[in-house]
Amino acid sequence: MVVQLLRLITEKVRPPRALVVPFRHGYPLDAPDEPGKQRAVLTAALNLLTDPELKPPAIVDFIPEGSGQETEDR
Amino acid sequence: MGDLQEFPLRYRLYLRTYRWQRIDPVPWSPLKKPLQDCRLVLISSAGLVGADQEPFEKSIRIGDTGIREISSDVHAATLRDAHRSKAFDHTGIRRDPNLAFPADRLREMAEAGFIGSLNHRFFSLMGSVTAPDQLTRHTIPPIVSRLVEDQVDIALLIPV
Repeated sequence: MVVQLLRLITEKVRPPRALVVPFRHGYPLDAPDEPGKQRAVLTAALNLLTDPELKPPAIVDFIPEGSGQETEDR
Repeated sequence: MGDLQEFPLRYRLYLRTYRWQRIDPVPWSPLKKPLQDCRLVLISSAGLVGADQEPFEKSIRIGDTGIREISSDVHAATLRDAHRSKAFDHTGIRRDPNLAFPADRLREMAEAGFIGSLNHRFFSLMGSVTAPDQLTRHTIPPIVSRLVEDQVDIALLIPV
């Protein structure tokens, strides 16, 4: 599975499983020296492998904790 | 964030008009065993190299399509930024390479039992390549052969 920074391009390429993160380029796992935030992205990416509801291409938005939303599938 | 608007105009135009390769049909391989029994490999295109490795060559016009194998035992802090792109802020990955090559995080997750194990070798590429057919023809096949040889279950791809 792949972590992606641009939904526009992810939708064009259509990898089988993609977690689209809302971070700027250079910061795919959110923030430096923030192990908890980095693990949260990795956990969400790995969870794409075990979600029985997902169908290809599975393009899922990552919503950081505290943003008031949950990870949502589109 | 994570938006084309963060780039200067010339990069935005390039990204909008670029002929992105569309995967069709999309392959789909359900996981055949629990995450806790799987072997994972990390493939990052953040252009990070090990302390004793040659940096990616910045003078190659289409971009350096080489591969750097990096032990999964590596301490991320020892990795060096060798990505040629000026289109993103390098400050974060230079301060903490785990940001795009999360070797330390993945080791922690394997030790905690969230995933079974890490492959003994990870792979680093330099993602600023303007001739992606060179990647798909010459760079990716040998990586795939090594993943098969290593009996990897999960490939995690991280850009920068």
